[in-house]
Amino acid sequence: MSTQVLSETQAEPALSLSSRVWLYRAISVVAMLTAWQAASGPLLDPFWVSSPAAVFKTLVAWTASGQLAYHLMITFKETAAGFVLGATAGVLFALLIGASDTLHRTVDPFVTAVYGVPKVALAPLFIMWFGIGLAPKIVLAAISVFFLVFFSTLRGVREVDHKMVDALRTMGGGKFAVQRMVIFPSALPWLFTGLKLGLPYGFVGAVAAEMMASNAGIGYLTQNSAGQLDTAGVFAALFALMVVTTLLNEALGRLESWIFRWR
Amino acid sequence: MRSAHLSVVPAQDCEARCAPAVELRGVGKTFSSRNGRVDVLSGLNFSLQNGEFLAIVGPSGSGKSTVLNLLAGLDQPTAGSVLCQGAPVAAVNTGIGYLTQHDSLLPWRTVEQNIAVPLELRNIDRTETALRVRDLIAQVGLEGFERHYPSQLSGGMRKRAMLARTLIYDPPVLLMDEPFGPLDAQLKLVLQAELLKLWSARRKTVVFVTHDIVEAITLADRVLVFSSRPCQIRLDEPIAIPRPREVHEVRFHPAFEEHYRRLWAALEAPARRPS
Repeated sequence: MSTQVLSETQAEPALSLSSRVWLYRAISVVAMLTAWQAASGPLLDPFWVSSPAAVFKTLVAWTASGQLAYHLMITFKETAAGFVLGATAGVLFALLIGASDTLHRTVDPFVTAVYGVPKVALAPLFIMWFGIGLAPKIVLAAISVFFLVFFSTLRGVREVDHKMVDALRTMGGGKFAVQRMVIFPSALPWLFTGLKLGLPYGFVGAVAAEMMASNAGIGYLTQNSAGQLDTAGVFAALFALMVVTTLLNEALGRLESWIFRWR
Repeated sequence: MRSAHLSVVPAQDCEARCAPAVELRGVGKTFSSRNGRVDVLSGLNFSLQNGEFLAIVGPSGSGKSTVLNLLAGLDQPTAGSVLCQGAPVAAVNTGIGYLTQHDSLLPWRTVEQNIAVPLELRNIDRTETALRVRDLIAQVGLEGFERHYPSQLSGGMRKRAMLARTLIYDPPVLLMDEPFGPLDAQLKLVLQAELLKLWSARRKTVVFVTHDIVEAITLADRVLVFSSRPCQIRLDEPIAIPRPREVHEVRFHPAFEEHYRRLWAALEAPARRPS
């Protein structure tokens, strides 16, 4: 009897877990959009909350005119450049400081103090220094990414297994070889956590700087739409940004699971 | 018995550099901690000829691992001197192979990549590296697992991989810190047998730390019994069992019982308190 029940349950493989999750996700999105669409008008003034249909219309119009691609590309470029710069600096700085206990303890309070400053508050300064072109946005994105990657990587460097370091040294490994073959790879999972945390903050940095002074980019698009009291435009710009961030995060996740296939 | 097998070491060209492979002269080591200072070693003397297999047994915390760390140059003595091939060990000693108790394989490298690490550090070209790696993988019996990551291996296989990684750069002195400690009894015998086979083929100087008296008698030419802290040598026992030895036969050899009794008595003896 019981075996029969067992074989029956096994013979009926419903949707796999991941396809079920995707199904639930799709249902949630449809439910939210439907609720929003239904509420907009009868319950809430579309002037303030817009509606999915209006946002979609704006997106279609912007895509057709090439506006969306243009602004998205600018923000993407700023963020990508800032991300690469900030992450590289963060990793190198963390490896350098992590290598020496004295250096680490000396520098730690200063780095923490600077980290505490809201990065967005630095935007006006960067605009003064670097003008209103791409530069201040890149710098702000870079700084936002830098700290997250730096702290995360440093943590990884400090947590390295000393038995592996000792083993490599007795096998004839010098300082540089130990860095390359033990410390860097063992800090890599931490580094990736930093990258994944840092990516959205990179966008935040770039968009915030765009909102203050620029004539292009998603930040400008949002600001400009709001200036024209175009709620649908604000939502459309934010939605586009959301899609890009999610896709990039997914790509990072894929890269991560490929790199850490040894786990 | 001992002299008989020691003659395997080419005595003639040894003449010039006949310094012992390993020598400790009046070695002391003190660790300072919050609770004060602990003398782990004091006035420790012993030496080891080239090609000799020495086992060290002693209670836990008696400083056995400390001796290995000093020989490896990972730690410096607070008194006395540690010499390897006649030269004082001042920095990390790369003339030794150190097989630690703990797993130190790099988890992000496959078995063959792990075994290749010492050759990579010595900038040996890829073809030769591949050749030597394949050879050693065969010697330690890891064929078929070249592309596996350490997380996919059993404890015994990881030990084999570590042993291969240690042997591949052919260090004249091997330090082994309870390498087979956590393994089950049967696997232990298998690995002991392979270690003996590898050792008789290469005649390395070995310092083998263990807490297993049977293992010490089975493998070594000589067994040192350490006392508890501060460590002193209670007994320096040459093992009179001829080689080649069969690991599961050794315990039936007439000399075994006597060795076992003496080593056990030395281990049991109450610690002589320094007055």
